[in-house]
Amino acid sequence: MLIFLAKRAFFMVLTMLAVSLLVFLLLEVNGSAVAVKVLGPYSSEEQRRLWLEAHGYFAPWYERYFAWLGRMASGEFGDSLRFKTPVATVLWPRLENTAILAAFVFLIMVPVSVVLGVLAGMREGSATDRSISILSIVTTSIPEFASATFLSFLFVLVLKWLPGTSGMNQGFDVLQLVMPVAVLVLYDFGYVTRMMRASMAEVMQSPYIRTAVLKGIPYRRVILRHALRNALIAPFTVIVLQINWLLSGVIVVEAFFGYKGFGALLLEASLNQDIYLIQACAMVSVFVAVATQTIADVGYTYLNPRIRFT
Amino acid sequence: MAEISLPPPSSLGRNPVLRALRSVLLLRESWVGLVGVLIVLFWIAVAILAPVLAPFPPNQNLLPFKPPGTAAPTGGVFWLGTDQLGRDILSRVIWGARRVLIYAPLATACAYVLGITMGLLAGYKRGLWDDVLSRVGDIILSFPILVLYVVIITTFGPSGINIVLAVTCASAPGIMRIVRGLTLDLRNRDYVAAAQTRGESSLYIMFVEILPNARGPLIVDACLRLGYTIITIGVLGFLGLGLPPPDPDWGGMVNETRAMAAFAPWMTVFPCIAISSLVLGLNLLADGLREISLKD
Repeated sequence: MLIFLAKRAFFMVLTMLAVSLLVFLLLEVNGSAVAVKVLGPYSSEEQRRLWLEAHGYFAPWYERYFAWLGRMASGEFGDSLRFKTPVATVLWPRLENTAILAAFVFLIMVPVSVVLGVLAGMREGSATDRSISILSIVTTSIPEFASATFLSFLFVLVLKWLPGTSGMNQGFDVLQLVMPVAVLVLYDFGYVTRMMRASMAEVMQSPYIRTAVLKGIPYRRVILRHALRNALIAPFTVIVLQINWLLSGVIVVEAFFGYKGFGALLLEASLNQDIYLIQACAMVSVFVAVATQTIADVGYTYLNPRIRFT
Repeated sequence: MAEISLPPPSSLGRNPVLRALRSVLLLRESWVGLVGVLIVLFWIAVAILAPVLAPFPPNQNLLPFKPPGTAAPTGGVFWLGTDQLGRDILSRVIWGARRVLIYAPLATACAYVLGITMGLLAGYKRGLWDDVLSRVGDIILSFPILVLYVVIITTFGPSGINIVLAVTCASAPGIMRIVRGLTLDLRNRDYVAAAQTRGESSLYIMFVEILPNARGPLIVDACLRLGYTIITIGVLGFLGLGLPPPDPDWGGMVNETRAMAAFAPWMTVFPCIAISSLVLGLNLLADGLREISLKD
């Protein structure tokens, strides 16, 4: 077990290093481009040269990479050009907001997709199965900005039930979270449902389920006690990996509803060429992504007794 | 010496056009797939016939903020209304279909060429090729995809070519994984051994012996991926990082008009319906194809 964990941790660090190199090559390696972004397009050659020299940009690129990597690892992200404050003071509250949004999404999406997946996978090919699968195809076909538009049109403009923005300007308001959460759940639940269905259908065909049915155990009990426990193992990975997907999903939804979260921050930073903020956001999102992948792997191995720790 | 004459290969089995036709006919068995094909064909027809179908030039400024059904001053009707610059939305949706149906298949095709080559190399050559390519793929796939797009496109600027390149780099590893898995299975087949004994080059074996036999799952995946690319292009347009204006782009239309959607909702709703229906068509088609391939 320890060796397995060490192996996963090693791969995690390796991926992070490779990605950090990628981010560095994309954004940092060209020093004069950085100077233009920091000092503005109307800065003089002389000013840029002095700035580059003061910040050590004339050192060879690999030296700069390791220095940069050290700063990233210790959380020294530099100052945001747009907000004129250290990146960390902007970043952490935004991450917190996104975590709240993500928690609500998971709280709703996981039970919904597990129940639908079980209902569909219980009797493969039944009318319930077909309708659930078509429902999930339809919802995953609608891009988030489109479903946000449709839902806003219906619930904000026509029915006037919900607020159309989620800026939270007068403090935290759960009502403002309804629309972003609904859009994210709607787009994502179909995928998890399909995975749950596939896993459930496979379990239902296994001999021990047939034995349980033939023994005369009530069908309800067969599903809940025998099938569900095993059918949940494979989708566990998929569910954990949705955190990775959410990092993409929140960009659109937060931009649409003006929610002050991590996704909106990343977009704002990118559109304004706020280079240190982009770097920090990219590294944070990669860290979250790689960490969730590691958790998914470790958890799957732990849950599935058929896999031995190697 | 007497020539051994082989019977000509059956024409139905060899002619690619006939075979494509036959597989379309197979879709009768799945009404879901049939609906999907009809939606996709509808949008392809709209894209091809855009100059004939569009009632107005897509970038011409006529009357701003007219609701659907208003009569145009020059004759004709704004069936879907006009946007904030007075451009006819129906015409823009129609021309937008052409634009998305050029860029999305182009980007998907590029991703496939790269992904298939990488997957065949990794799966057939194994060894160092496999290690390096798989690891590079893992690293790219560990990135949250939209974060990658946003960073790449804001660094290099939004343009058609950059979008195609970004989609290619981001989708190729996923395709590589599928092709690699299929190749690992197919490389042990007898016909591959036969080709190796004949002394065929590995290039020939990879592309002529293995690839055609891996096509089934790849076609289903291509439909799904094309739909996903359309969503990506739409989302980038929506974020203001998409195909450059003024030519119509569905995601871009939503981005330009959504600030005014409160009093002119038709400006955002119709492009959203267009993109959703096209992606739905492709996903239904993929589902139908999968269902048929499972029946065989």
